[in-house]
Amino acid sequence: MTFTVQFLQFLISGLTTGSTYALIAIGFSLIHNATGIVNFAQGEFVMLGGMFMITFYTFSHLPMIVSFILTLISVAAVGFLLEYGPIRRAKSKDILILVMITVGASITIKGLSMIIWGKNPLNLPPFSGEDPFLLGGAAVMPQSLWIFGLTLGMVFSLHYFLKNTMLGKAMRAVAASRRSALLTGIPVNRMILLSFTISGALGAAAGIMLTPITTTSYDVGAMLGLKGFSAAILGGYGSMPGAVLGGLLLGVFESLSAGFISSEYKDVVAFLILLIILFFKPSGLLGQGKIKRV
Amino acid sequence: MEIKKLTRRFGGLEALQELSLNFQAQKIAAIIGPNGAGKTTLLNAISGLYPADEGEIYFFGQSISQLPPHQIAQLGINRTFQQVQLFPNLNVLENVMVGLHPRTKSGFLSGLFHLPRARAEERWIRKQAEEALAFFGLLTKADWPATSLSMAEQKKVEMARALANEPKLLMLDEPVAGLNLREMEAMAATLLKLKEKGQTIVLVEHNMDLVMSIADWVIVLNHGTKIAEGVPAEVQRNERVIAAYLGSG
Amino acid sequence: MGKNNQTFLFLLAILILIFPWAVGNNYFLMVLNVAALNFIVVIGLNLLMGYAGQISLGQGAFFGLGAYLTAIFTVTLGLPLWPAMGLSLLITALVAYIIGVPTLKLEGHYLVMATLGFNVITYILSIQLEPVTGGPSGFAGIPRLQIGGLILDSDKKMYFLLWAVSLLVFILSLNLIHSRVGRALAALSHNEIVAKCAGIPTENYKIKIFVFSAFLASLAGALYAHYFTFISPGTFSFFYSIQVVTMVLVGGIGSLWGSLCGAILLTVLPELLHPVKEYNVLIYGLILMLVLVFFPRGLLPVLVDTLGKKKV
Repeated sequence: MTFTVQFLQFLISGLTTGSTYALIAIGFSLIHNATGIVNFAQGEFVMLGGMFMITFYTFSHLPMIVSFILTLISVAAVGFLLEYGPIRRAKSKDILILVMITVGASITIKGLSMIIWGKNPLNLPPFSGEDPFLLGGAAVMPQSLWIFGLTLGMVFSLHYFLKNTMLGKAMRAVAASRRSALLTGIPVNRMILLSFTISGALGAAAGIMLTPITTTSYDVGAMLGLKGFSAAILGGYGSMPGAVLGGLLLGVFESLSAGFISSEYKDVVAFLILLIILFFKPSGLLGQGKIKRV
Repeated sequence: MEIKKLTRRFGGLEALQELSLNFQAQKIAAIIGPNGAGKTTLLNAISGLYPADEGEIYFFGQSISQLPPHQIAQLGINRTFQQVQLFPNLNVLENVMVGLHPRTKSGFLSGLFHLPRARAEERWIRKQAEEALAFFGLLTKADWPATSLSMAEQKKVEMARALANEPKLLMLDEPVAGLNLREMEAMAATLLKLKEKGQTIVLVEHNMDLVMSIADWVIVLNHGTKIAEGVPAEVQRNERVIAAYLGSG
Repeated sequence: MGKNNQTFLFLLAILILIFPWAVGNNYFLMVLNVAALNFIVVIGLNLLMGYAGQISLGQGAFFGLGAYLTAIFTVTLGLPLWPAMGLSLLITALVAYIIGVPTLKLEGHYLVMATLGFNVITYILSIQLEPVTGGPSGFAGIPRLQIGGLILDSDKKMYFLLWAVSLLVFILSLNLIHSRVGRALAALSHNEIVAKCAGIPTENYKIKIFVFSAFLASLAGALYAHYFTFISPGTFSFFYSIQVVTMVLVGGIGSLWGSLCGAILLTVLPELLHPVKEYNVLIYGLILMLVLVFFPRGLLPVLVDTLGKKKV
């Protein structure tokens, strides 16, 4: 394979995983914008996406689209329960405590998954077959096209929702200023609940799409969450286009370094990028400067 | 202190526009103006909470505009806040003791090992803090939880904390907001007493009675610019000031 | 540090001395030894969380770093024991400094993610760098501790050393809390901006406390290595970082006595849960959430309050 072809190959696979990172990153941003919390359970939403999909499609033999929708609903429900339950009932509203509650939730979810689905990796078949086709000499899996398409679709729907619907605008109002939103009669609590629910769905989508490529197991949550978070920071925390850009870039960096340098340390890339960004430009590439230097 | 052409922008808005003013030593200066005029922004800029976008602030000839807040405090500029900011996890005396931090040195290691030097310094800090509290008549409540005091008392503790550092410039943000008439008169008397002891004070206030009765110099801000300054009587009669408060502002 | 603390410390010291004679069973001693090690880590973390208002999910990494570095220095490089340990601790502190400087400058919870990432990375490195670390099968043959001619090769001997060390760390930390720096930290943990305006160099202090917490974690790790003479990548696990955070929270953020209880309780608990090991992770998660939702100040303050009420 020539260099260009190799590069193209890695680029495409990087954009593929990057799209899923983008979805995870958006999930982080949604919740953070609405509440100021870093949702540690985001990675677990992704893991659950894969797991539920496997349960509905592989074990229960439901049609693929039905399974997809059911999975999204199930994990969205988990997000819903997380906010409606522990987060809202917490006696302390201290952000530190709330963040730690999401950590506790992620551990609990992981523990439950370990019991329900066991410790072994599980797999999903790709949506439409395994035969790659050639694009400029590089082999492209049909799954990649699905991922691009679905991610694009979800990002645009979300964008439309936030920009053009009453509910979406209400969510943006809460993100901009909770107090003002309260004063104008917006049910802030419900908006927060919504942000958790949507993040659940986004995470699930990422998980469903990622699993055919990387398989899944009960403990993939932490790493995926970390990568999604790095992507969000890379692109500019709190910014939707930033999350997308960050996710894609992270995926590409990861893929290129795995291909050209070493695949063992692939996961290190995400963390290194996180540190580098924090060192040099904490507000990220498209950052709105929300991050304050204290 | 001298402030030259200070500008501070928030987003597209200029909160402070090319502001230039001076504060004289050992006098009480009052900054007034309608809401949103930029008064608290000015204090925050002096405190170093955000770097100036343009312009310079000089303190005794030294430029402080780019210094971080804790260094500015160490140089002798201390303040209180619009909404009383005591540390609820510390008691009254400890809150004041925090104010003495810049005047003392014991660090981590002497703290860890409880060295004699640290112990002596702690005793000194405690004594200074007690004196500061005594000045405000609050020594008897030294070990009460900070937030159990009344609003007027909490404001005094906050001032004691700032004064413990023996600042060359004391900045007060709305020192009489939320106080009743009697408490306000007491505060005014206290401020005059402080001035007699040589303290330079700058205060931001809405309450005209207070300003007129104790200020030596009044500066009026509106929309981030200075629209008037002078002795209280002059400013009171100034047409632009009256207009700013009544309507257009 | 106050008469109360001194009295309780004295009682604690006596309890510690008596215990081995009262309960000679080596298994219990070993569990308590691990509790002592955890206590050291938890103190450091509690200072960070309770007094600097920051969370670290990377104490496991610092623990493992202390363990692996001392193993490598003593076994692979043949360095003498105590200097090797000292060097490991210094290097870990330096690493913590490098991580702390950029992340602690920022407002918000970047340290959490940075330490989490660091933990994951060190775990991967400990598995991948096989020639150096022994890979997944671990690193064996670590020499035991030796003081003068005395080799510490029994649970009982290590018990006295470990609890002496943790008591020392406890005392020093109590000193710190009651000092000028401790007060400054308490102020900054509540309101960083106001603390800055009062003249406290908050950035500097946050970094120092973070480094100190990493130092303590690596101390515990190094002692662990020379106690069990075998370590493996599991020592670095992210789950351990979660466990120590849970210990801090159960005992109560900011309460070092609470940390003692938290460390002992949550070290003993998994031992009791041995028969249902699969549920370990789930139970930890549930405990964490329960404590955080209903007892955010920790269990100890609640206990003290209820006991206090009973007296009245």
